[in-house]
Amino acid sequence: MNILRPSIICTVAFTIAGLLTGCNKPSSVPGAGDDTIKVGEFASLTGSEATFGQSSHNGTQLAVDEINAAGGVLGKKIQLLTEDDQSQAGQSATVVRKLISSDGVVAILGEVASSRSLEAAPICQQNKIPMISPSSTNPRVTEVGDFIFRVCFIDPFQGTVMANFARKTLKLQNVAVLTDVKSDYSVGLAKFFKEGFTTTGGKIAAEQNYSGGDKDFNAQLTSIKAANPDGIFVPGYYTEVGLIALQAKQLGLTIPIFGGDGWESPSLVQIGGAALEGDYFSTHFSPQASTPAVQNFVKKYEAKFKDAPDAMAALGYDSALILADAIKKTGSTDGTKIRDALAAEKDFPGASGNITIDANRNASKPAVILEIKNGAFQYVQTVAP
Amino acid sequence: MTEFFQQLINGLAFGSILALIAIGYTMVYGILRFINFAHGDVFMLGAFAGFYLAPKIATVFPLPSIAGAIAVLIVSMLICAALGVAIERLAYRPLRKRPKLTVLITAIGVSLFIEYAGQFFFGAAPKKFPDILPVLPITKIGGLSLNSNQLIVLAVTLILLVALRFIVMKTKIGTAMRAVSFNPEAAALMGVNTDVVISFTFALGSALAAAAGILWAVNYPSIDPLMGILPGLKAFVAAVLGGIGNLPGAALGGLIIGVTETLVSGYISSTYRDAIAFAVLILILLVRPSGLLGKKEIEKV
Repeated sequence: MNILRPSIICTVAFTIAGLLTGCNKPSSVPGAGDDTIKVGEFASLTGSEATFGQSSHNGTQLAVDEINAAGGVLGKKIQLLTEDDQSQAGQSATVVRKLISSDGVVAILGEVASSRSLEAAPICQQNKIPMISPSSTNPRVTEVGDFIFRVCFIDPFQGTVMANFARKTLKLQNVAVLTDVKSDYSVGLAKFFKEGFTTTGGKIAAEQNYSGGDKDFNAQLTSIKAANPDGIFVPGYYTEVGLIALQAKQLGLTIPIFGGDGWESPSLVQIGGAALEGDYFSTHFSPQASTPAVQNFVKKYEAKFKDAPDAMAALGYDSALILADAIKKTGSTDGTKIRDALAAEKDFPGASGNITIDANRNASKPAVILEIKNGAFQYVQTVAP
Repeated sequence: MTEFFQQLINGLAFGSILALIAIGYTMVYGILRFINFAHGDVFMLGAFAGFYLAPKIATVFPLPSIAGAIAVLIVSMLICAALGVAIERLAYRPLRKRPKLTVLITAIGVSLFIEYAGQFFFGAAPKKFPDILPVLPITKIGGLSLNSNQLIVLAVTLILLVALRFIVMKTKIGTAMRAVSFNPEAAALMGVNTDVVISFTFALGSALAAAAGILWAVNYPSIDPLMGILPGLKAFVAAVLGGIGNLPGAALGGLIIGVTETLVSGYISSTYRDAIAFAVLILILLVRPSGLLGKKEIEKV
């Protein structure tokens, strides 16, 4: 109950603010006014997925600063307007509506979490404003319409990669799946993993659910233990995954736990600690990969933020670069023209690998598998699409 | 069968934390006849008090250690007791002669205030609660895995409940509490200082909430400023289930909610966990409207 109240207040407040500014503004060409091109970004800078939002935002900011230092796009500087959706349902729709109607941005970058990208996508589609999600992997995000793009791979691919890894590398027969039923990302990834794992001859020993925000997973883990699996697939976010790993070890479960890109955050190891040793997850990028594009990005990122970049940072960086490239190619800030240029991007050299936008506006690119070793993420292998 | 007993232990450990929170709701209701909705947030403040205290206490008692953990627990309980008294003094006492609804709405206001002030001061991102207790190896008894944290939760809850029972039944202030709960006007006429009794009740309830916050954080070491909402709501339900105003009832209600939720998550589906737990509440209230251990109150007209 309490959770709803602030979002209602904010919705009302922003609607009023939107109406007021909307009325006062002279009807100029949206976003192309003066000497800047306005680009909107919405991210979970605070709340339960805060490290995702912050990394992604840092990457985006780095790209924008670089573009501006090199003279900007079409002779104008890019102005990045960032809004925080607090990792809460309902907030992303509000902030994206504000970015489009009162700030007049030419394009939207965001979000990491698929649930929140799905909330914002219909608004961008309606307003014919191109939206690029840096790292939402649920297939439904870009299915919303032809203005919605992403620069990451999608869950059917990620689910298959982890299913093959579990079958072939870890040699697992019987796995349990623990899904966050509140998250579109988790439900989708669990489905594709199960399909991939069973078609290669594996068996699903148990299926259990939780809701994002839960702290106690003992009940589900006890049931999983009773089913006697040889691994647990947890396609969730790091906040809960750390606690799940801890409680699994306390119940005496020593089998490997593995998941997807929702795990990648320094907070994961802070919460889970030693309980996560020897666990695996798939993601988009590893700073340990030796390609020049990756090493160049890692150097620039470390110089600016004094910290190694993660996948969310690399994808945030790529989302801004590919947008700038599309604007440059089409020579215009018109939404439909930017969309056409984005749809035609091929082999764009990003920090997270070469990006080719396919017919469904998804990026087809390789996945990386990491292992948690001595409290750090160790590169294991790269899987091509 | 092993699985069932394991689930039962999980449920009892979870339920005993709810029981500690539920007692705070029920004590305030017993004395003032209103629901202190900010109680769940005092639970959150207890966990954060522990979070900020642990590094300071570690300079005296090296953490993790039993002595250090007890020090963190006691100091957090004292801080929250003071906060509870302050909340009552500032927000509720000025409204004591007003309709109960006014105080109730104020309580919701205080709750939201603490939650969002918490987001402002502590930040909204979840924090890792430090390890204050040494992790003991898992004890195995015939296939059952007992981890030290769950056993400590059960033990601390039991000790606190016995201490509370002693305070309420055997001490002078406890007798005064029962007198005020029975009839505040008559108690005042007999020379009981009701203000002191009410402050003491808030101190006691808030200290138990702080203890619950620390125990919760030890078991689920990821804390955030909104962590009190759901446990607070569930503890409130537990207090109603056991018969609001009745101390053993609140403890019993907490255990029933904890065990029901765990068994539903384990055997049916965690998706229906809350729905089934609340259905149990409705069923019990249909049969016993005043709760499991509550006494029927006759309204005099």
